[in-house]
Amino acid sequence: MIRGLEVLATGPLALVEDRGRPGYAAVGVGRSGAADRAAYLLAGRLLGEPVGRAAVEVTLGGLVVQARGSFTIVVTGAPAPAMIDGRPVGHAAPVHLPDGATLALGMPPTGLRSYLAVRGGIDLEPVLGSRSSDTLSGIGPAPVAVGQVLPIGQPGPGGPTLDVAPVGAPEGGTVELTLLPGPRLAWLADPRALTTASWTVSGHSDRVGMRLAGSPVRRARRWADAELPSEGVVLGGVQVPADGQPIVFLADHPVTGGYPVVAVLRTADVDRAAQCRPGQSVRLRWAVTPPDPEQPGAPGGMWLSDTLQSLPQPAPQLGASPN
Amino acid sequence: MASGPEPSAARVLPCGDTALLVELSTTLAAAGLAGRIADLQTDGWAPWDGVIDVVTGERTVLVVAQHPRAVAALRPLLLDLACTPTVSDSAEGVRVGLAHLVEIPVVYAGADLLLVAAHTGLSVAQVIAAHTGTEWKVGFTGFAPGFAYLIGGDPRLVVPRRAEPRPRVTAGSVALAGPYSGVYPTESPGGWQLIGHTDLPLWDLQRDPPAVLRPGMRVRFRDAGGTS
Repeated sequence: MIRGLEVLATGPLALVEDRGRPGYAAVGVGRSGAADRAAYLLAGRLLGEPVGRAAVEVTLGGLVVQARGSFTIVVTGAPAPAMIDGRPVGHAAPVHLPDGATLALGMPPTGLRSYLAVRGGIDLEPVLGSRSSDTLSGIGPAPVAVGQVLPIGQPGPGGPTLDVAPVGAPEGGTVELTLLPGPRLAWLADPRALTTASWTVSGHSDRVGMRLAGSPVRRARRWADAELPSEGVVLGGVQVPADGQPIVFLADHPVTGGYPVVAVLRTADVDRAAQCRPGQSVRLRWAVTPPDPEQPGAPGGMWLSDTLQSLPQPAPQLGASPN
Repeated sequence: MASGPEPSAARVLPCGDTALLVELSTTLAAAGLAGRIADLQTDGWAPWDGVIDVVTGERTVLVVAQHPRAVAALRPLLLDLACTPTVSDSAEGVRVGLAHLVEIPVVYAGADLLLVAAHTGLSVAQVIAAHTGTEWKVGFTGFAPGFAYLIGGDPRLVVPRRAEPRPRVTAGSVALAGPYSGVYPTESPGGWQLIGHTDLPLWDLQRDPPAVLRPGMRVRFRDAGGTS
Protein backbone atom coordinates (compact mmCIF):
# COMPACT_ATOMS: atom_id res chain seq x y z
CA MET A 1 0.00 0.00 0.00
CA ILE A 2 1.25 3.47 -0.88
CA ARG A 3 2.10 5.58 2.16
CA GLY A 4 0.19 8.73 1.49
CA LEU A 5 -2.94 10.81 1.67
CA GLU A 6 -6.04 9.56 -0.12
CA VAL A 7 -8.00 12.47 -1.50
CA LEU A 8 -11.73 12.39 -0.59
CA ALA A 9 -12.55 15.97 -1.70
CA THR A 10 -10.53 18.79 -3.24
CA GLY A 11 -12.51 21.98 -2.72
CA PRO A 12 -12.45 24.52 -5.60
CA LEU A 13 -8.77 23.88 -6.46
CA ALA A 14 -5.94 21.97 -4.83
CA LEU A 15 -2.47 21.90 -6.42
CA VAL A 16 0.87 20.43 -5.50
CA GLU A 17 3.44 23.24 -5.21
CA ASP A 18 6.98 23.78 -4.03
CA ARG A 19 9.56 26.50 -4.68
CA GLY A 20 9.01 26.22 -8.42
CA ARG A 21 11.43 26.23 -11.35
CA PRO A 22 13.74 29.25 -11.22
CA GLY A 23 16.26 29.43 -14.04
CA TYR A 24 14.13 28.13 -16.92
CA ALA A 25 12.58 31.41 -18.05
CA ALA A 26 15.14 31.63 -20.89
CA VAL A 27 13.50 28.60 -22.51
CA GLY A 28 9.97 29.81 -21.82
CA VAL A 29 9.19 27.92 -18.61
CA GLY A 30 7.94 30.12 -15.79
CA ARG A 31 8.89 29.78 -12.16
CA SER A 32 5.46 28.76 -10.82
CA GLY A 33 5.60 27.36 -7.25
CA ALA A 34 3.61 28.31 -4.17
CA ALA A 35 1.66 31.55 -4.72
CA ASP A 36 2.21 32.65 -1.09
CA ARG A 37 5.84 31.70 -0.76
CA ALA A 38 6.21 32.87 2.84
CA ALA A 39 3.31 30.67 3.99
CA TYR A 40 4.70 27.68 2.08
CA LEU A 41 8.21 28.16 3.50
CA LEU A 42 6.81 28.57 7.01
CA ALA A 43 5.08 25.20 6.71
CA GLY A 44 8.38 23.51 5.86
CA ARG A 45 10.19 25.22 8.72
CA LEU A 46 7.49 24.27 11.22
CA LEU A 47 7.88 20.62 10.24
CA GLY A 48 11.68 20.81 10.51
CA GLU A 49 11.93 19.79 6.89
CA PRO A 50 14.66 20.51 4.35
CA VAL A 51 13.63 23.45 2.16
CA GLY A 52 11.90 22.52 -1.08
CA ARG A 53 9.58 19.64 -0.15
CA ALA A 54 6.25 19.86 -1.98
CA ALA A 55 3.00 20.79 -0.20
CA VAL A 56 -0.65 21.08 -1.24
CA GLU A 57 -1.90 24.59 -2.04
CA VAL A 58 -5.60 24.58 -1.16
CA THR A 59 -7.77 27.39 -2.55
CA LEU A 60 -10.69 28.41 -0.29
CA GLY A 61 -10.59 25.19 1.75
CA GLY A 62 -12.63 22.10 0.98
CA LEU A 63 -9.78 19.58 0.90
CA VAL A 64 -10.50 16.29 2.68
CA VAL A 65 -7.83 13.58 2.89
CA GLN A 66 -7.53 10.26 4.69
CA ALA A 67 -4.16 9.12 6.01
CA ARG A 68 -2.62 5.88 4.76
CA GLY A 69 0.15 5.70 7.32
CA SER A 70 0.75 8.13 10.17
CA PHE A 71 2.15 11.57 9.50
CA THR A 72 3.05 14.91 10.99
CA ILE A 73 1.24 17.71 9.18
CA VAL A 74 0.77 21.47 9.39
CA VAL A 75 -1.55 24.00 7.71
CA THR A 76 -0.33 27.56 7.04
CA GLY A 77 -1.45 30.51 4.91
CA ALA A 78 -5.19 31.27 4.84
CA PRO A 79 -6.47 29.96 8.20
CA ALA A 80 -8.80 27.25 6.89
CA PRO A 81 -10.32 25.63 9.99
CA ALA A 82 -8.80 22.14 10.14
CA MET A 83 -10.46 19.11 11.72
CA ILE A 84 -8.97 15.66 12.29
CA ASP A 85 -11.79 13.12 12.61
CA GLY A 86 -14.10 16.02 13.50
CA ARG A 87 -11.79 17.47 16.16
CA PRO A 88 -10.47 21.03 15.52
CA VAL A 89 -6.71 21.42 15.36
CA GLY A 90 -4.57 24.57 15.44
CA HIS A 91 -3.42 26.69 12.51
CA ALA A 92 0.32 26.97 11.80
CA ALA A 93 0.77 24.28 14.47
CA PRO A 94 2.29 20.89 13.59
CA VAL A 95 -0.02 18.05 14.53
CA HIS A 96 -0.04 14.25 14.32
CA LEU A 97 -2.33 12.67 11.72
CA PRO A 98 -2.83 9.01 12.72
CA ASP A 99 -3.16 6.17 10.21
CA GLY A 100 -6.73 6.07 8.91
CA ALA A 101 -7.67 9.51 10.28
CA THR A 102 -9.45 12.05 8.10
CA LEU A 103 -8.25 15.66 7.80
CA ALA A 104 -10.77 18.21 6.53
CA LEU A 105 -10.12 21.87 5.75
CA GLY A 106 -13.03 24.32 5.95
CA MET A 107 -13.45 27.71 4.31
CA PRO A 108 -10.91 30.22 5.68
CA PRO A 109 -12.46 33.41 7.12
CA THR A 110 -9.81 35.50 5.34
CA GLY A 111 -7.23 34.81 2.66
CA LEU A 112 -7.42 32.55 -0.35
CA ARG A 113 -4.68 29.92 -0.23
CA SER A 114 -3.76 27.50 2.54
CA TYR A 115 -0.76 25.16 2.52
CA LEU A 116 -1.01 21.61 3.79
CA ALA A 117 2.50 20.30 4.35
CA VAL A 118 3.39 16.80 5.46
CA ARG A 119 6.72 15.65 6.90
CA GLY A 120 8.40 13.82 4.03
CA GLY A 121 6.73 16.01 1.40
CA ILE A 122 4.34 15.15 -1.42
CA ASP A 123 6.48 12.73 -3.43
CA LEU A 124 5.18 13.00 -7.00
CA GLU A 125 7.55 12.83 -9.98
CA PRO A 126 9.42 16.14 -10.34
CA VAL A 127 9.54 17.90 -13.73
CA LEU A 128 12.61 20.09 -14.32
CA GLY A 129 13.53 19.72 -10.68
CA SER A 130 10.18 20.78 -9.25
CA ARG A 131 6.86 19.23 -8.24
CA SER A 132 4.95 22.47 -8.85
CA SER A 133 1.81 22.55 -10.99
CA ASP A 134 2.14 25.40 -13.47
CA THR A 135 -1.46 26.18 -14.39
CA LEU A 136 -0.43 28.32 -17.39
CA SER A 137 1.89 25.88 -19.19
CA GLY A 138 0.47 22.63 -17.77
CA ILE A 139 3.96 21.57 -16.66
CA GLY A 140 4.14 19.57 -13.43
CA PRO A 141 1.57 17.44 -11.59
CA ALA A 142 -2.09 17.59 -12.63
CA PRO A 143 -4.44 19.27 -10.14
CA VAL A 144 -5.16 17.13 -7.09
CA ALA A 145 -8.16 14.91 -7.84
CA VAL A 146 -10.63 12.89 -5.79
CA GLY A 147 -9.55 9.26 -5.48
CA GLN A 148 -5.87 10.07 -5.96
CA VAL A 149 -3.37 8.97 -3.31
CA LEU A 150 -0.74 11.65 -2.79
CA PRO A 151 2.43 9.69 -1.99
CA ILE A 152 4.45 10.97 0.97
CA GLY A 153 8.25 10.75 0.96
CA GLN A 154 10.54 9.62 3.75
CA PRO A 155 10.89 12.28 6.45
CA GLY A 156 14.40 13.46 7.17
CA PRO A 157 15.94 13.42 10.66
CA GLY A 158 14.80 15.97 13.19
CA GLY A 159 11.25 17.21 13.31
CA PRO A 160 9.12 20.07 14.57
CA THR A 161 10.74 22.26 17.17
CA LEU A 162 7.89 24.74 17.60
CA ASP A 163 4.34 24.09 18.74
CA VAL A 164 2.87 27.00 16.87
CA ALA A 165 4.03 29.95 14.76
CA PRO A 166 2.49 33.25 15.91
CA VAL A 167 1.80 34.59 12.41
CA GLY A 168 -1.05 36.88 11.44
CA ALA A 169 -3.77 35.69 9.09
CA PRO A 170 -4.10 37.30 5.65
CA GLU A 171 -5.99 40.59 5.90
CA GLY A 172 -9.71 40.87 5.32
CA GLY A 173 -11.13 44.23 4.22
CA THR A 174 -9.04 46.59 2.12
CA VAL A 175 -5.51 45.44 1.34
CA GLU A 176 -2.87 48.07 0.62
CA LEU A 177 -0.10 47.05 -1.76
CA THR A 178 3.06 49.05 -2.48
CA LEU A 179 4.26 49.77 -6.01
CA LEU A 180 7.73 50.36 -7.38
CA PRO A 181 8.30 51.76 -10.89
CA GLY A 182 8.01 49.28 -13.74
CA PRO A 183 9.87 49.51 -17.05
CA ARG A 184 6.92 51.02 -18.94
CA LEU A 185 5.72 53.49 -16.33
CA ALA A 186 5.99 56.27 -18.90
CA TRP A 187 3.15 54.65 -20.88
CA LEU A 188 0.68 55.87 -18.24
CA ALA A 189 -1.01 59.22 -18.73
CA ASP A 190 -0.74 59.77 -14.97
CA PRO A 191 0.98 57.36 -12.53
CA ARG A 192 -1.40 58.57 -9.80
CA ALA A 193 -4.33 56.96 -11.60
CA LEU A 194 -3.25 53.61 -10.11
CA THR A 195 -3.22 54.93 -6.58
CA THR A 196 -6.25 57.20 -6.52
CA ALA A 197 -8.63 54.51 -7.77
CA SER A 198 -10.26 51.95 -5.51
CA TRP A 199 -9.80 48.49 -6.99
CA THR A 200 -11.79 45.31 -6.58
CA VAL A 201 -10.23 41.87 -7.04
CA SER A 202 -12.01 40.36 -10.05
CA GLY A 203 -13.50 36.87 -10.08
CA HIS A 204 -11.32 36.12 -13.08
CA SER A 205 -8.20 36.22 -10.93
CA ASP A 206 -6.13 33.05 -10.75
CA ARG A 207 -2.55 31.91 -10.16
CA VAL A 208 -1.49 33.66 -13.37
CA GLY A 209 -2.57 37.04 -12.11
CA MET A 210 -4.78 39.01 -9.78
CA ARG A 211 -7.07 41.06 -12.01
CA LEU A 212 -8.19 44.41 -10.66
CA ALA A 213 -11.47 46.02 -11.66
CA GLY A 214 -12.02 49.75 -11.32
CA SER A 215 -11.80 53.05 -13.12
CA PRO A 216 -9.70 52.30 -16.26
CA VAL A 217 -6.10 53.53 -16.28
CA ARG A 218 -5.38 55.62 -19.36
CA ARG A 219 -2.26 55.51 -21.48
CA ALA A 220 -0.23 58.59 -22.27
CA ARG A 221 -1.34 60.02 -25.62
CA ARG A 222 1.98 59.31 -27.35
CA TRP A 223 1.73 55.62 -26.45
CA ALA A 224 -2.02 55.29 -26.99
CA ASP A 225 -1.82 53.16 -30.12
CA ALA A 226 1.72 51.81 -29.67
CA GLU A 227 2.44 48.09 -29.75
CA LEU A 228 4.98 46.80 -27.28
CA PRO A 229 7.29 44.13 -28.71
CA SER A 230 6.88 41.23 -26.32
CA GLU A 231 9.35 41.36 -23.43
CA GLY A 232 10.14 39.53 -20.21
CA VAL A 233 7.80 40.16 -17.28
CA VAL A 234 8.31 39.61 -13.55
CA LEU A 235 6.43 38.23 -10.57
CA GLY A 236 4.45 41.10 -9.05
CA GLY A 237 4.51 43.02 -12.32
CA VAL A 238 1.46 45.27 -12.85
CA GLN A 239 0.49 45.00 -16.50
CA VAL A 240 -2.02 47.39 -18.04
CA PRO A 241 -3.75 45.87 -21.08
CA ALA A 242 -5.72 47.90 -23.60
CA ASP A 243 -8.86 47.92 -21.40
CA GLY A 244 -6.99 49.76 -18.62
CA GLN A 245 -7.77 47.14 -15.96
CA PRO A 246 -4.48 46.18 -14.28
CA ILE A 247 -3.29 42.59 -13.84
CA VAL A 248 -0.84 41.81 -11.05
CA PHE A 249 1.30 38.83 -12.06
CA LEU A 250 1.35 35.94 -9.60
CA ALA A 251 3.24 32.61 -9.50
CA ASP A 252 2.15 31.21 -12.89
CA HIS A 253 2.59 34.47 -14.84
CA PRO A 254 3.70 34.20 -18.48
CA VAL A 255 7.43 34.53 -19.12
CA THR A 256 6.89 37.31 -21.66
CA GLY A 257 4.09 39.77 -22.27
CA GLY A 258 3.02 42.23 -24.93
CA TYR A 259 1.34 44.84 -22.73
CA PRO A 260 3.24 47.45 -20.74
CA VAL A 261 4.31 46.60 -17.18
CA VAL A 262 3.99 50.00 -15.55
CA ALA A 263 4.71 49.05 -11.95
CA VAL A 264 5.94 46.13 -9.89
CA LEU A 265 4.79 45.18 -6.41
CA ARG A 266 7.39 45.34 -3.70
CA THR A 267 8.57 41.72 -3.35
CA ALA A 268 7.29 41.59 0.22
CA ASP A 269 3.77 42.37 -1.01
CA VAL A 270 3.48 39.60 -3.64
CA ASP A 271 2.49 36.99 -1.04
CA ARG A 272 -0.18 39.34 0.32
CA ALA A 273 -1.55 39.88 -3.18
CA ALA A 274 -1.76 36.10 -3.61
CA GLN A 275 -4.06 35.95 -0.59
CA CYS A 276 -6.56 38.56 -1.86
CA ARG A 277 -9.98 37.07 -2.53
CA PRO A 278 -12.28 37.89 -5.42
CA GLY A 279 -14.47 40.81 -4.35
CA GLN A 280 -11.93 42.13 -1.85
CA SER A 281 -10.84 45.78 -2.19
CA VAL A 282 -7.29 46.75 -2.94
CA ARG A 283 -5.59 50.11 -2.67
CA LEU A 284 -2.29 50.67 -4.44
CA ARG A 285 0.32 53.16 -3.25
CA TRP A 286 3.60 54.23 -4.77
CA ALA A 287 6.66 53.63 -2.58
CA VAL A 288 7.61 57.24 -3.28
CA THR A 289 5.25 60.12 -4.12
CA PRO A 290 5.06 60.38 -7.91
CA PRO A 291 5.51 63.74 -9.58
CA ASP A 292 2.60 65.69 -10.98
CA PRO A 293 2.72 65.27 -14.77
CA GLU A 294 1.23 68.79 -15.08
CA GLN A 295 4.30 70.19 -13.32
CA PRO A 296 7.34 68.34 -14.67
CA GLY A 297 9.72 70.40 -12.55
CA ALA A 298 7.98 69.61 -9.29
CA PRO A 299 9.91 67.78 -6.56
CA GLY A 300 9.47 64.04 -6.17
CA GLY A 301 10.57 63.31 -9.71
CA MET A 302 13.91 61.65 -8.93
CA TRP A 303 12.42 58.16 -8.76
CA LEU A 304 11.10 58.51 -12.27
CA SER A 305 14.29 59.74 -13.81
CA ASP A 306 15.40 56.33 -15.10
CA THR A 307 12.11 55.78 -16.81
CA LEU A 308 11.50 59.21 -18.19
CA GLN A 309 14.95 60.10 -19.45
CA SER A 310 15.51 59.96 -23.19
CA LEU A 311 12.10 58.55 -24.03
CA PRO A 312 12.30 56.66 -27.30
CA GLN A 313 9.67 56.92 -29.97
CA PRO A 314 6.93 54.31 -29.74
CA ALA A 315 8.22 51.10 -31.25
CA PRO A 316 6.78 49.96 -34.58
CA GLN A 317 5.07 46.62 -34.48
CA LEU A 318 7.61 43.98 -35.34
CA GLY A 319 7.05 40.29 -35.86
CA ALA A 320 4.33 38.85 -34.09
CA SER A 321 3.44 36.10 -31.78
CA PRO A 322 3.23 32.79 -33.65
CA ASN A 323 -0.26 32.10 -32.38
CA MET B 1 29.17 49.14 -42.19
CA ALA B 2 25.77 47.73 -41.50
CA SER B 3 26.86 44.27 -40.39
CA GLY B 4 29.71 45.22 -38.04
CA PRO B 5 29.44 46.09 -34.36
CA GLU B 6 28.22 49.60 -33.73
CA PRO B 7 27.96 51.55 -30.54
CA SER B 8 24.32 51.20 -29.60
CA ALA B 9 21.88 53.16 -27.55
CA ALA B 10 20.83 51.10 -24.58
CA ARG B 11 18.81 51.89 -21.48
CA VAL B 12 18.46 50.04 -18.19
CA LEU B 13 14.86 50.39 -16.99
CA PRO B 14 13.66 49.76 -13.42
CA CYS B 15 11.55 46.65 -12.86
CA GLY B 16 10.68 46.48 -9.17
CA ASP B 17 13.20 45.63 -6.47
CA THR B 18 14.67 42.41 -7.91
CA ALA B 19 14.91 42.95 -11.66
CA LEU B 20 16.15 45.25 -14.41
CA LEU B 21 15.02 45.47 -18.03
CA VAL B 22 17.75 46.34 -20.53
CA GLU B 23 16.40 47.88 -23.72
CA LEU B 24 18.57 47.70 -26.85
CA SER B 25 18.23 48.98 -30.38
CA THR B 26 18.16 45.64 -32.22
CA THR B 27 17.21 41.99 -31.73
CA LEU B 28 20.78 40.97 -32.48
CA ALA B 29 22.11 43.25 -29.75
CA ALA B 30 19.61 41.79 -27.26
CA ALA B 31 20.58 38.23 -28.17
CA GLY B 32 24.26 39.12 -27.88
CA LEU B 33 23.82 40.67 -24.45
CA ALA B 34 21.87 37.64 -23.25
CA GLY B 35 24.68 35.38 -24.45
CA ARG B 36 27.33 37.37 -22.59
CA ILE B 37 25.23 37.40 -19.40
CA ALA B 38 24.93 33.60 -19.69
CA ASP B 39 28.74 33.36 -19.88
CA LEU B 40 29.14 35.57 -16.82
CA GLN B 41 26.57 33.46 -14.94
CA THR B 42 28.59 30.35 -15.82
CA ASP B 43 31.75 31.98 -14.44
CA GLY B 44 29.77 32.49 -11.23
CA TRP B 45 31.32 35.69 -9.86
CA ALA B 46 29.34 38.26 -7.90
CA PRO B 47 27.00 39.88 -8.72
CA TRP B 48 26.23 37.51 -11.62
CA ASP B 49 25.87 34.56 -9.24
CA GLY B 50 22.81 36.37 -7.87
CA VAL B 51 21.01 36.30 -11.25
CA ILE B 52 18.29 33.63 -11.37
CA ASP B 53 16.57 34.29 -14.70
CA VAL B 54 17.42 36.03 -17.97
CA VAL B 55 14.62 36.54 -20.51
CA THR B 56 15.46 37.80 -23.97
CA GLY B 57 12.73 39.72 -25.78
CA GLU B 58 12.59 41.19 -29.24
CA ARG B 59 14.72 44.15 -28.17
CA THR B 60 15.08 43.68 -24.42
CA VAL B 61 16.82 41.52 -21.87
CA LEU B 62 15.13 41.05 -18.50
CA VAL B 63 17.54 40.19 -15.69
CA VAL B 64 15.94 38.81 -12.52
CA ALA B 65 18.05 38.63 -9.35
CA GLN B 66 17.57 36.61 -6.21
CA HIS B 67 17.87 39.62 -3.90
CA PRO B 68 17.31 43.38 -4.23
CA ARG B 69 20.94 44.07 -3.24
CA ALA B 70 22.22 42.39 -6.42
CA VAL B 71 20.19 44.82 -8.54
CA ALA B 72 22.20 47.88 -7.53
CA ALA B 73 25.46 46.11 -8.40
CA LEU B 74 24.12 44.76 -11.71
CA ARG B 75 22.81 48.04 -13.01
CA PRO B 76 26.09 49.77 -14.03
CA LEU B 77 27.55 46.48 -15.28
CA LEU B 78 24.55 45.85 -17.53
CA LEU B 79 24.62 49.36 -18.94
CA ASP B 80 28.32 48.95 -19.71
CA LEU B 81 27.81 45.56 -21.37
CA ALA B 82 24.84 46.79 -23.37
CA CYS B 83 26.70 49.80 -24.70
CA THR B 84 29.75 47.85 -25.87
CA PRO B 85 28.55 45.32 -28.43
CA THR B 86 30.96 42.67 -29.65
CA VAL B 87 31.30 41.05 -33.05
CA SER B 88 29.05 38.19 -31.97
CA ASP B 89 26.13 40.65 -31.67
CA SER B 90 26.34 41.59 -35.32
CA ALA B 91 25.11 39.90 -38.46
CA GLU B 92 28.79 39.28 -39.18
CA GLY B 93 29.03 37.36 -35.92
CA VAL B 94 26.21 35.10 -37.02
CA ARG B 95 28.14 34.18 -40.12
CA VAL B 96 31.55 33.68 -38.52
CA GLY B 97 29.86 31.57 -35.90
CA LEU B 98 30.79 32.01 -32.28
CA ALA B 99 28.30 29.72 -30.64
CA HIS B 100 27.02 26.16 -30.70
CA LEU B 101 25.49 25.10 -34.05
CA VAL B 102 22.29 23.04 -34.26
CA GLU B 103 21.44 21.41 -37.59
CA ILE B 104 17.73 20.86 -38.25
CA PRO B 105 16.75 18.43 -41.03
CA VAL B 106 13.55 19.59 -42.74
CA VAL B 107 11.11 18.00 -45.16
CA TYR B 108 10.02 21.05 -47.15
CA ALA B 109 6.37 20.28 -47.83
CA GLY B 110 4.56 22.76 -45.58
CA ALA B 111 1.00 23.82 -46.29
CA ASP B 112 2.06 27.43 -47.00
CA LEU B 113 5.16 26.70 -49.09
CA LEU B 114 3.51 27.77 -52.37
CA LEU B 115 2.07 30.89 -50.73
CA VAL B 116 5.51 31.83 -49.44
CA ALA B 117 6.96 31.29 -52.91
CA ALA B 118 4.25 33.48 -54.43
CA HIS B 119 4.71 36.20 -51.82
CA THR B 120 8.49 36.33 -52.13
CA GLY B 121 8.55 35.96 -55.91
CA LEU B 122 10.87 32.98 -55.55
CA SER B 123 10.38 29.45 -56.82
CA VAL B 124 9.82 26.72 -54.22
CA ALA B 125 13.37 25.51 -54.87
CA GLN B 126 14.66 29.03 -54.28
CA VAL B 127 12.70 29.34 -51.01
CA ILE B 128 14.27 26.10 -49.80
CA ALA B 129 17.70 27.23 -50.96
CA ALA B 130 17.28 30.55 -49.16
CA HIS B 131 16.05 28.91 -45.94
CA THR B 132 18.94 26.42 -45.89
CA GLY B 133 21.50 28.76 -47.40
CA THR B 134 22.19 31.02 -44.43
CA GLU B 135 22.83 30.38 -40.79
CA TRP B 136 20.14 31.56 -38.41
CA LYS B 137 20.61 32.57 -34.80
CA VAL B 138 18.28 32.18 -31.83
CA GLY B 139 17.28 35.79 -31.13
CA PHE B 140 14.82 35.29 -28.31
CA THR B 141 12.23 32.89 -27.00
CA GLY B 142 8.61 33.22 -26.02
CA PHE B 143 5.06 32.42 -27.14
CA ALA B 144 5.31 28.84 -25.87
CA PRO B 145 7.88 26.89 -23.86
CA GLY B 146 10.79 26.07 -26.18
CA PHE B 147 9.68 28.35 -29.02
CA ALA B 148 12.72 30.20 -30.44
CA TYR B 149 12.55 33.20 -32.75
CA LEU B 150 15.35 32.67 -35.28
CA ILE B 151 16.92 35.78 -36.78
CA GLY B 152 19.55 36.66 -39.33
CA GLY B 153 18.09 34.66 -42.22
CA ASP B 154 17.90 35.51 -45.91
CA PRO B 155 16.08 38.88 -46.15
CA ARG B 156 14.10 37.66 -49.20
CA LEU B 157 12.16 35.33 -46.86
CA VAL B 158 10.32 38.11 -45.00
CA VAL B 159 6.60 37.20 -45.17
CA PRO B 160 3.51 38.33 -43.24
CA ARG B 161 1.69 36.14 -40.74
CA ARG B 162 -1.38 34.33 -41.99
CA ALA B 163 -4.53 36.45 -41.77
CA GLU B 164 -6.30 33.60 -39.97
CA PRO B 165 -4.18 31.68 -37.46
CA ARG B 166 -4.58 27.90 -37.55
CA PRO B 167 -6.19 26.47 -34.41
CA ARG B 168 -3.73 23.58 -34.49
CA VAL B 169 -0.16 23.40 -35.76
CA THR B 170 1.70 20.13 -35.27
CA ALA B 171 4.93 19.88 -33.28
CA GLY B 172 7.96 20.11 -35.55
CA SER B 173 6.32 22.49 -38.05
CA VAL B 174 8.94 24.81 -39.57
CA ALA B 175 7.54 28.27 -40.23
CA LEU B 176 8.21 31.84 -41.31
CA ALA B 177 6.75 35.20 -40.22
CA GLY B 178 8.13 38.72 -40.43
CA PRO B 179 11.93 38.50 -40.42
CA TYR B 180 11.79 35.33 -38.30
CA SER B 181 11.83 31.59 -38.75
CA GLY B 182 10.79 29.15 -36.05
CA VAL B 183 9.93 25.54 -35.27
CA TYR B 184 6.78 24.82 -33.24
CA PRO B 185 8.15 22.77 -30.31
CA THR B 186 4.78 21.37 -29.28
CA GLU B 187 1.34 21.28 -30.86
CA SER B 188 -0.33 24.67 -30.50
CA PRO B 189 -2.39 27.25 -32.35
CA GLY B 190 -0.27 29.11 -34.88
CA GLY B 191 -0.38 31.96 -37.37
CA TRP B 192 2.99 31.61 -39.08
CA GLN B 193 3.47 30.39 -42.66
CA LEU B 194 4.28 26.68 -42.59
CA ILE B 195 7.01 25.65 -45.01
CA GLY B 196 8.14 22.27 -43.71
CA HIS B 197 8.45 19.78 -40.91
CA THR B 198 11.29 18.35 -38.84
CA ASP B 199 11.41 15.17 -36.78
CA LEU B 200 14.15 16.59 -34.59
CA PRO B 201 12.60 16.84 -31.09
CA LEU B 202 13.15 20.42 -29.90
CA TRP B 203 11.34 20.17 -26.57
CA ASP B 204 11.58 17.37 -24.01
CA LEU B 205 10.68 17.88 -20.37
CA GLN B 206 12.73 14.81 -19.43
CA ARG B 207 15.84 16.62 -20.64
CA ASP B 208 17.63 19.46 -18.83
CA PRO B 209 17.55 22.01 -20.34
CA PRO B 210 14.34 20.89 -22.05
CA ALA B 211 14.78 23.17 -25.08
CA VAL B 212 17.33 22.43 -27.79
CA LEU B 213 17.30 26.05 -29.02
CA ARG B 214 18.47 28.69 -26.57
CA PRO B 215 19.28 32.39 -27.10
CA GLY B 216 22.56 32.98 -28.90
CA MET B 217 22.73 29.53 -30.54
CA ARG B 218 23.32 29.14 -34.29
CA VAL B 219 20.92 27.12 -36.41
CA ARG B 220 21.24 25.70 -39.90
CA PHE B 221 18.31 24.07 -41.71
CA ARG B 222 19.09 21.13 -44.02
CA ASP B 223 16.85 19.86 -46.83
CA ALA B 224 16.08 16.29 -45.80
CA GLY B 225 14.30 15.65 -49.11
CA GLY B 226 10.93 13.96 -49.44
CA THR B 227 7.54 15.56 -49.62
CA SER B 228 5.61 14.03 -46.73
